[in-house]
Amino acid sequence: MTQTSLGESVVQKEIHAQAKNNGVAANITQTQPLWLLAEVTYRCPLHCAFCYNPTDYDKHTQNELSTEQWIQALRDARKMGAIQLGISGGEPLLRDDIEDIVIEARKLGYYSNLITSGVGLTEKRIQAFKEGGLDHIQLSMHDITEEINNFITDTKTFELKKKVAAMIKNHGYPMVLNVVIHRYNIGHMKEILEMAEALGADYIELANTQYYGWSLVNRSQLMPLKEQIDEAERITNEFRQKVGNKMKIFFVVPDYFGDRPKKCMNGWGEVFMIVTANGDVLPCHSARVLPNMAFPNVRENGLEYAWKESPAFNKYRGTAWMKGPCVTCPEKMNDLGGCRCQAFLLTGDAESADPVCSLSPNHHLIEKAIEDSKNPVIANQPIIFRTDKNSKKYAAGDKERVEEFHALP
Amino acid sequence: MENLAIDPTLSGIQLTDVFSIAMHHRFQWEEAQQSYVILFPEGMVKLHGGAGEVIKRVDGKATVGAIVDELKVAFPDATTIEGDVIGMFDMAFGKAWIRKVN
Repeated sequence: MTQTSLGESVVQKEIHAQAKNNGVAANITQTQPLWLLAEVTYRCPLHCAFCYNPTDYDKHTQNELSTEQWIQALRDARKMGAIQLGISGGEPLLRDDIEDIVIEARKLGYYSNLITSGVGLTEKRIQAFKEGGLDHIQLSMHDITEEINNFITDTKTFELKKKVAAMIKNHGYPMVLNVVIHRYNIGHMKEILEMAEALGADYIELANTQYYGWSLVNRSQLMPLKEQIDEAERITNEFRQKVGNKMKIFFVVPDYFGDRPKKCMNGWGEVFMIVTANGDVLPCHSARVLPNMAFPNVRENGLEYAWKESPAFNKYRGTAWMKGPCVTCPEKMNDLGGCRCQAFLLTGDAESADPVCSLSPNHHLIEKAIEDSKNPVIANQPIIFRTDKNSKKYAAGDKERVEEFHALP
Repeated sequence: MENLAIDPTLSGIQLTDVFSIAMHHRFQWEEAQQSYVILFPEGMVKLHGGAGEVIKRVDGKATVGAIVDELKVAFPDATTIEGDVIGMFDMAFGKAWIRKVN
């Protein structure tokens, strides 16, 4: 699965962009789960080194929600105002009931999006999705070279992805590409954009890797240099000028190289709600890494309780939980202290400032991470791919490269 | 209607233009928000009352002029309707929420 909605997502950028227009304003203050992300399975045929899924995902592959439970969740969330639906994973197409979920989503009035690697998308299935009313398909691409695509995903999927891209276009879907950017493809930015244009992409998201789950384990191996990111951004801006409105390009800025943290998920429990494969309800993708938190589950109290009343969703809403330096910071409303998961993963304290912030007393941890990524001894350690075998190891308590991040699986 | 403060004479929008909702965009009423919205891949915009009244009349058949006339009847007290409507079309077209069909 890719990282679309981490941090300040595309949705939020649009919302900010529109907020000041005459006659148009977006809902940015009222807490309503406008965006529902259904992580329907953690099973995945790919083994991407940058996947943000939990390293112990294997625990959650045996107790997936049933079709009926998903349909109920869709109905309940819609009543609460959810309107954008992402069907994600893992690889959602490993479930054979996505067609049923899509039909229900259309009936309920969602704008639905299948977020896929493309593996498992056939003519028959895409036809059924079209008839069922799926609104768009977001395809992950990895590089212009077969070598890097196959390396970073640890699969031979390069040719397949090109075929799937053509299939999406042929069925009249908008072409929405997501490319996670890391050390191995950042040098190909221009070629990646040219490929997207040649494929007829309507939207492309260039998502600089953010470090959670497997990508955190592989951080030193994946992180590009600051100079590479600057160059990538320059090329992106140049390309944007050239293509204009024809292809919308989103460049998700990597927070490690900024001065201030991202307003993660546009605020805890503000607009995003995630239902995971086993029914856990989360305010963000990686929230389960946080200590001493009991997340609600749709099998127990339902979504309305989860969003409105559960202690987990209320814990980091607003600013009352903050401590120094955030609590007195004049900029605290801009970023709400950044990401709670990142604060915990890197500092061991979920209530501290996101260490990405230059005002954080732990900011040296970010500087150290950047240094480590330039250290050939550390950076050349082998990548740990997202595989069931590796996940079983983490789930069983293996601490390889995890301990230093406080990321207890 | 809100006053969009756009001079209609500076706009590229003509009263004879006909628009429809852009491909891959969907316009609908949202009960939970009590407003019209436009949905598209990865995003949504919420339309305030006046903007919603304009876009809901965009059907691939009505000209901008016909929509102006209809709104003048629907909102007899509003005084700047033509400018507001053209301003709204100008913005919606600029954002690619609507496409020109004639």
